[in-house]
Amino acid sequence: MKNEYIPFSSQVKEIIPHTDTEYTFRMSFSGDVKPGQFFEVSIPKYGEAPISVSGIGEGTVDLTIRKVGRVTNKIFEHYEGNSLLMRGPYGNGFDIEKFKGRDVVIIAGGTGLSPVKGIVDYFSQHPQDASSTTLIAGFKSPDDILFKQDFENWEKTLHVIKTVDSAPESYQGKTGMVTKYIPDLPIGDISNTVFITVGPPVMIKFTIIEILKRGIPEENIWISHERKMCCGLGKCGHCKMDSTYICLDGPVFNYADGKNLID
Amino acid sequence: MGYQITRETANRVFEQLKQSYDIFAPKFFSGEGCFSDTDIIRYGKVNTLDEIQWEHRSDYSFKESLFAINETLFYFTENETTVPAGPEKKIMIFLKSCDLHALKRLDAIYLENGPEDFYYKRLREKAVFVLMGCEETCATGFCASMGTNRTEQYDMYLKISGDTVLADVKSQELQTYFQNTDGRTCEVTPDYVTENAEKVTLPQHLSVDSYQNPIWEEYGSRCIGCGRCNFACPTCTCFTMQDILYRDNENVGERRRVWASCQVDGYTEIAGGVDFRKTQGQRMRFKVMHKIYDFEKRFGYPMCVGCGRCDAICPEYISYANLINKLSKEEA
Repeated sequence: MKNEYIPFSSQVKEIIPHTDTEYTFRMSFSGDVKPGQFFEVSIPKYGEAPISVSGIGEGTVDLTIRKVGRVTNKIFEHYEGNSLLMRGPYGNGFDIEKFKGRDVVIIAGGTGLSPVKGIVDYFSQHPQDASSTTLIAGFKSPDDILFKQDFENWEKTLHVIKTVDSAPESYQGKTGMVTKYIPDLPIGDISNTVFITVGPPVMIKFTIIEILKRGIPEENIWISHERKMCCGLGKCGHCKMDSTYICLDGPVFNYADGKNLID
Repeated sequence: MGYQITRETANRVFEQLKQSYDIFAPKFFSGEGCFSDTDIIRYGKVNTLDEIQWEHRSDYSFKESLFAINETLFYFTENETTVPAGPEKKIMIFLKSCDLHALKRLDAIYLENGPEDFYYKRLREKAVFVLMGCEETCATGFCASMGTNRTEQYDMYLKISGDTVLADVKSQELQTYFQNTDGRTCEVTPDYVTENAEKVTLPQHLSVDSYQNPIWEEYGSRCIGCGRCNFACPTCTCFTMQDILYRDNENVGERRRVWASCQVDGYTEIAGGVDFRKTQGQRMRFKVMHKIYDFEKRFGYPMCVGCGRCDAICPEYISYANLINKLSKEEA
């Protein structure tokens, strides 16, 4: 019988720094994995943390990690050539098939961009697979912007709105919350438009209010929940909301179902 | 198959069982209660029938015999991991009907919800269960209300009555221990209570709207978030991961899982400091709804087995049974 708790060792292939506290770790991994799924990543003796997949390559997965806790602080001390322990992937992830042929709007806040980045990458590489693709990404300040290199590529093929909550006057880019850009978003056929939104709980709440104001049916909105997860296996209980285990049944939910999940 | 044997014979059978089984049962620990000069009944390994506490409900449930309060998942040395060896002997657990019903709930989480749990399963496969009857109701239990007052799902039922011991042995393997004794076969039916002093009516119309009920906050101001209700509960299964390193060699350590409580700070806190349930009222609501509403939505039967331990152990005298009855009354 398989012992699901035993992690495997994965080589850190490359490190891509975004900000002082947020780096992408490109890890060796071969196996099936989808955007929106997550791994339990650990440093022996410091503990485990659930981290979303922020990119999928040939024999690699990207994990974008913010230095905010005991485990992630330690991970930052492990640089290229080293390895991390991982188990997973866990969770349902996003099903890109559901978005093909539609007008896709992705709204992400901060590191919330990680779980949806695989979708953005896909439609950036295969723009003809969607009727249109829009990315609205919000960050706290210009210093907090993630995936700068990727934005340059995405801007070539997608409609990209990159905004920061606040910035010095000299800042050239867009400012304001992501919600500011929803009312004026050009929307064609409402029934053929899908929204995907991931970010801090407060951001998701207000983003959805704005999306619903545009007449988008709840069934056309997808969200991903970030919760404490110690096992990823439906056992530890921390991520449960109502009868739903975010680690098993999520973290990706259609809003028509996800709206009934209350902490 | 039912057997009647003498106490002396039962002691000999017990000695034989001990060759193959580690036997866990409720035991009396004098002076080891939470407060000074208080006693406690909890599970431990027993060596004689006399050590078993038959009459009183244990303060803590049998569950620690199947998953330890803290359990080492593996040891690490650099990047090598070593899983601790499983139990060599089989395990025999003495328990009452409410707890045997709780076992089904533990199995639901550890064996059915997602992949099977390696550590739970390797103990569970080796475990047999001995039912202890209830001649009288315990003080706070409400098993009759929950339909958990009787069970047929035991491997063996045992009752000591003076110098006579009655056994109903369902497991063929266990029958071999009785077949060559000087006892006689007879019909044995387990004792069970049909009525409790505490009666509980489950609300029938709970929904996500019940989250808004102001009743939760009433309890929020009384609960001190100690988590004892969870640790005493036979159906609570939550745990948190914990890594430790050895002080004399930091390259060596272990990963453990440790019982967790949804009432205690940190249960829903994620990196960056977001805490999804901050108030004790919200945590009370989360616990109660799990016990009588959302577990049933997922698995088809309520989680709570009505053992009443949570009410007996609460230092703030919060009555969960009362709370459920209040919810029901509101519906009427």
